[in-house]
Amino acid sequence: MLDDFFIRAIIGGIGVAVVAGPLGCFVIWRRLAYFGDTLSHSALLGVALALLLELNITFTVFCISVVVAMLLMLLQRRASLSSDALLGLLAHSALAVGLVVLAFMTWVRVDLMGFLFGDILAITRADLIMIWFGGVAILIALIKIWRPLFAATVSYELATAEGTRPDFASIVFTVILAAVIAVSMKIVGVLLITALLIIPAAAARRFSKSPEQMALIAIIIGVFSVWLGLSGSLEFDTPAGPSIVVAALSFFIFSILPLPKLKPGNQYQKIEPAKAKLDTETP
Amino acid sequence: MLVSLENAGVYKSERWLVRGITMHVEPGEIVTLIGPNGSGKSTTAKMALGVLKADEGKTYRRQDLKASYVPQKLDVNWTLPLSVSRFMRLTNKASHSEIETALSSTQILHLAQKQMSQLSGGEFQRVLLARAILRSPDFLVLDEPVQGVDFNGEVALYKLIDDIRHKLNCGVLLISHDLHVVMSTTDRIICLNGHICCSGTPANVASSNEFKSLFGEHALPGLSLYKHRHDHEHLLDGQINQSSKSKSNLKQNNSEKNRALRKTKNA
Repeated sequence: MLDDFFIRAIIGGIGVAVVAGPLGCFVIWRRLAYFGDTLSHSALLGVALALLLELNITFTVFCISVVVAMLLMLLQRRASLSSDALLGLLAHSALAVGLVVLAFMTWVRVDLMGFLFGDILAITRADLIMIWFGGVAILIALIKIWRPLFAATVSYELATAEGTRPDFASIVFTVILAAVIAVSMKIVGVLLITALLIIPAAAARRFSKSPEQMALIAIIIGVFSVWLGLSGSLEFDTPAGPSIVVAALSFFIFSILPLPKLKPGNQYQKIEPAKAKLDTETP
Repeated sequence: MLVSLENAGVYKSERWLVRGITMHVEPGEIVTLIGPNGSGKSTTAKMALGVLKADEGKTYRRQDLKASYVPQKLDVNWTLPLSVSRFMRLTNKASHSEIETALSSTQILHLAQKQMSQLSGGEFQRVLLARAILRSPDFLVLDEPVQGVDFNGEVALYKLIDDIRHKLNCGVLLISHDLHVVMSTTDRIICLNGHICCSGTPANVASSNEFKSLFGEHALPGLSLYKHRHDHEHLLDGQINQSSKSKSNLKQNNSEKNRALRKTKNA
């Protein structure tokens, strides 16, 4: 069964969607969309370095993402620039440097489009093993840190005062985010990773009454987006990664349509573009 | 002793938010911080909790201290689907009945299934207080816990805080602007304005010059009528004891020091 590239793509994509759902919720709650964007843009720098030093691409991308994430946290504490400017600066600088470095390496032939938009149909068995084992490990870690991470998301000060060690949880969360970005680069590509994280979560918001529910619904929407997107891409011969994002988008649009039985006025609110603010919880 | 600060201060954005804070909280007592806006009350409370690190001086917290915190401000943005009963379990596990008991104690059992983002200001404060109590803390820090609460509720909540500290024998660090309530339920008052202006029992603080200069002569019209310093004492046998000065544990910083501090703050 796994011989079929389409089946492999679906299994791999679902694996990523299952992890991206709850993670995406935190990205939305903590207003980290730009942060995720910056990390994923810097992934291309990781690709360039991996090719230059002949390392494993996914692993190098993961390391670069962690380094960029830690760098960002440091810079935001002392920088004179606002966080959104800083994020924009880093995101596009990393992307540009990555592209330039790749261009210099004339001896390697790189499928740039594959990295930018993903190449889910080229997923190998080894990739599948990595996605699913990694995914399970990530989910276990996320469940372990769920309470402190969520407490810190509601109020950093409250979480600190009541001894839930939010800093540790935040660091684990950042590392997990970097890992997911490194893996999902294969599925949807550098430019669309954030979409895979936040669109299913945003679509889930309308239907959820608790944070745990929102994470679950985000997973379900993510899984269906992968399935729908891939089927569509096969049917209409469209690029796979963008098709998945379009499928997720259609779920989101459905989620914001006003339903007739809801009372007018208080149920529907527009999603704000998440502000690029990492330190919303610091005083 | 639960928590103590020794000559502690916080330096931020090139100025001292507070400096020279020496205080401690014992189990079962209510210590209240009063002072004008921007006088460093919240900063001091956060320092006591360990949310802010002291940039000078020492802080001590008893090991395994279980603290509960009602912050002055907490935004639950609408992207967070968070019901009241889920919020009650934010930093600790709790059973349904425990949550119901806590919510009933602040008279908001009917809000259990409501979303946090739909609460009014006063309701929100009641939820915060209920959650803090639910944890059965050793050390309860309340930063303006009754802001936006209606008048009857205010009285009831202060009564609740008073009950809780007796029931749990927990130390309470309270920040409040309700001087009347503070004077009647507090064990010790610390009057802040960037530094400790004066501290002591309510009666002592109310009659001190620092308090009057900070809050004005008429801050406590009802209280000042009968709380005043005696220079003599009526003994039980009817004699008058002239020499006994009121045993004041009032700490009055000399004005010289205060002026110097203010200078460094402005510089």
